[in-house]
Amino acid sequence: MWRGNGGWESLKSALGGKDRATLQRWVFVWLGLIALGWFWLIPTYVTAQDKKEEPAKPTAAAPEAPKPAEQAPVLRNDPNGGKTGDVTILSEVNVADPGPAPDPKDKDYAAKKKEYDEKKKAFDEFQEMNKREPLAAKVAAAAGKNRAGLNMTWTLITGFLVMFMQAGFAMVETGLCRAKNVSHTMAMNFMIYPLGMIGFYICGFAFMFGGFGSAATMGGPGVMDGMITVGDGWNLLGKKGFFLQGEFYDMSVFALFFFQMVFMDTTATIPTGAAAERWKFSAFMLYGLALGTIMYPIYGNWVWGGGWCSQLGAKLGLGHGTVDFAGSSVVHLQGGVIAFWFAKMIGPRIGKYNKDGSPNPIPAHNIAMCVIGTFILAFGWFGFNPGSSLAGTDLRNAASVVNTMLASATGALAATMWIWKVRGTKPDTSMMCNGMLAGMVAITAPCAFVGSFSACVIGLISGIIVVESVFIVERKLKIDDPVGAISVHGANGLWGILSVGIFADGSYGENWNAAPGFVKGILFGDAGQLASQAIGAAACIIYMSIASIVVYKVVEMLVGNRVSPEVEMEGLDVPEMGCVGYCGMVMDKASESPVSK
Amino acid sequence: MKKIEAIIKPHRLEDVKTALTQVGVQGLTVSEIRGFGRQKGHKEQYRGAEYTVDLVPKVKIEIVVSDSGLQAAVEAILRSARTGEIGDGKIFVSNLESVLRIRTGEKGEAAV
Repeated sequence: MWRGNGGWESLKSALGGKDRATLQRWVFVWLGLIALGWFWLIPTYVTAQDKKEEPAKPTAAAPEAPKPAEQAPVLRNDPNGGKTGDVTILSEVNVADPGPAPDPKDKDYAAKKKEYDEKKKAFDEFQEMNKREPLAAKVAAAAGKNRAGLNMTWTLITGFLVMFMQAGFAMVETGLCRAKNVSHTMAMNFMIYPLGMIGFYICGFAFMFGGFGSAATMGGPGVMDGMITVGDGWNLLGKKGFFLQGEFYDMSVFALFFFQMVFMDTTATIPTGAAAERWKFSAFMLYGLALGTIMYPIYGNWVWGGGWCSQLGAKLGLGHGTVDFAGSSVVHLQGGVIAFWFAKMIGPRIGKYNKDGSPNPIPAHNIAMCVIGTFILAFGWFGFNPGSSLAGTDLRNAASVVNTMLASATGALAATMWIWKVRGTKPDTSMMCNGMLAGMVAITAPCAFVGSFSACVIGLISGIIVVESVFIVERKLKIDDPVGAISVHGANGLWGILSVGIFADGSYGENWNAAPGFVKGILFGDAGQLASQAIGAAACIIYMSIASIVVYKVVEMLVGNRVSPEVEMEGLDVPEMGCVGYCGMVMDKASESPVSK
Repeated sequence: MKKIEAIIKPHRLEDVKTALTQVGVQGLTVSEIRGFGRQKGHKEQYRGAEYTVDLVPKVKIEIVVSDSGLQAAVEAILRSARTGEIGDGKIFVSNLESVLRIRTGEKGEAAV
């Protein structure tokens, strides 16, 4: 129905036969007005919510009552940054206020009481010490402040590295496309950056991290406490912090927002490669907005924002719940699943497949770009993985760096040797690049939890997976993926998230996701962890498949996803973007497209 | 006057140019072209799949010589462009009706 434009036709007749362009214009005007309304409405609403606890003003009926002191609304956020990070961040001196005493009616009262008593004792001792030695208390406070500052600096700087990965993606994807589509592919890789960012600012971050708690490594207050919960305390979605207003105007929250925003943009730019050379720019824009606002944050909340996947450990005893250190599932598997569905539904490029279904290669136009892009990505990955600790004072960062490096090396080597010696063709340059990226995608989830030898094995397997899955996607599934995004990010994202449950060696991740002990894989005696990883991966694939299909169909109805065959043969540069990628160069566009036999 | 068109392998161009200069050829025109002959293209590989490039890149040189200079020029090309392998190219010789030099209006062999 959708593909045949039948849905559009019925809509058109229902609206009195206006032509498509006029209707589109109206749709965009209304969408714009709605968006503007949000910008005005949400901050107003949030501020009103925060002020609700303000005591009611004395009425005229009781003028003799003593006037209460003018009281500002109690907001816990710290827009100035001066109060963020105090002595409570120092885990060495356990001084956190234990809070209210446990309720004797609670079912595990004895355990809670014991824990409370220990905390209370430490807290009281610390308070006494404060009175006895005020200088020591000041030094401890300064040390806490510095630790928060160091962690925030680490988070911001690694975030900058991740942001630069956009350049790497742009170069890899464009290099692997044809010369006649350079301007268009680059434009998609560029536009996803601002578009996804604004979407994440509007509501993506609120959905994903609205109920995260606090950015504890940066000493943030617990302002992220808006969570939609169902059943027995299972968290589904955040609901606080739209437009970063209200209590989210806090420096630790801002640092977390920035870091998570560049991660979201990484996911967003993955499908642009799989659907490249035939995707309408307007359709792509709508997808970009949908991804940043809704598609990405939901599963992100389930694993990273305190949602139900991360609760599997604490609630059901399955290891530590779904553990994804830097995003094999949240970032890469999600991107890979979108890439899979979009490439499948938009169909292969003209000339890719012959009538008997055999594929024709469509060679890359610039391998040098592809290689340089891969190096930029490898550089950015040193922010992506170690940065996900959100703590410069977490010395396990060194393990994340070394593991990332080793897996990228074995991934590249394995892919090269596999296609060269096992598959018996030449050691393809673009496949080497895919192999290195595959290794890094796979090590993204386990990088902090595994030893160096496990990292080598994970990378080695990922290199083989990427080559074989490129062949399966191209030859068995008949899906045209010009850059190998489905294989690099989808297949290896899946491998990466599962490999935590296999290789995690129990040296890191104490009390991860509020489950006791360290994170251990099945090889180190915790089968529950692997089960958690499998549930998380399945949830990711099922959820994102549904979301991708819905978004694709809606965009298909609004503007259509695929360019016309004439535009595709001509190259998308001039018809879609108005200018060519390589001005002044003569291109033999006919010979760039193979003829289906 | 004769016109010689020779299609050669791109990497032999420098040798052919030197050889022609040595036998007294004053000028030549070079174009980058693509085509196929009995060789029927060549095979390349991309991401583990082999494909045929039907049109092979070649270089075409065009020179004009007097009837007496023809033999030397053709032999120079034959000698310098040959590698002995498939795809060395071809030489086409044709009669030329007239030549004009635009700057002076000279005609015939004086204009070559």
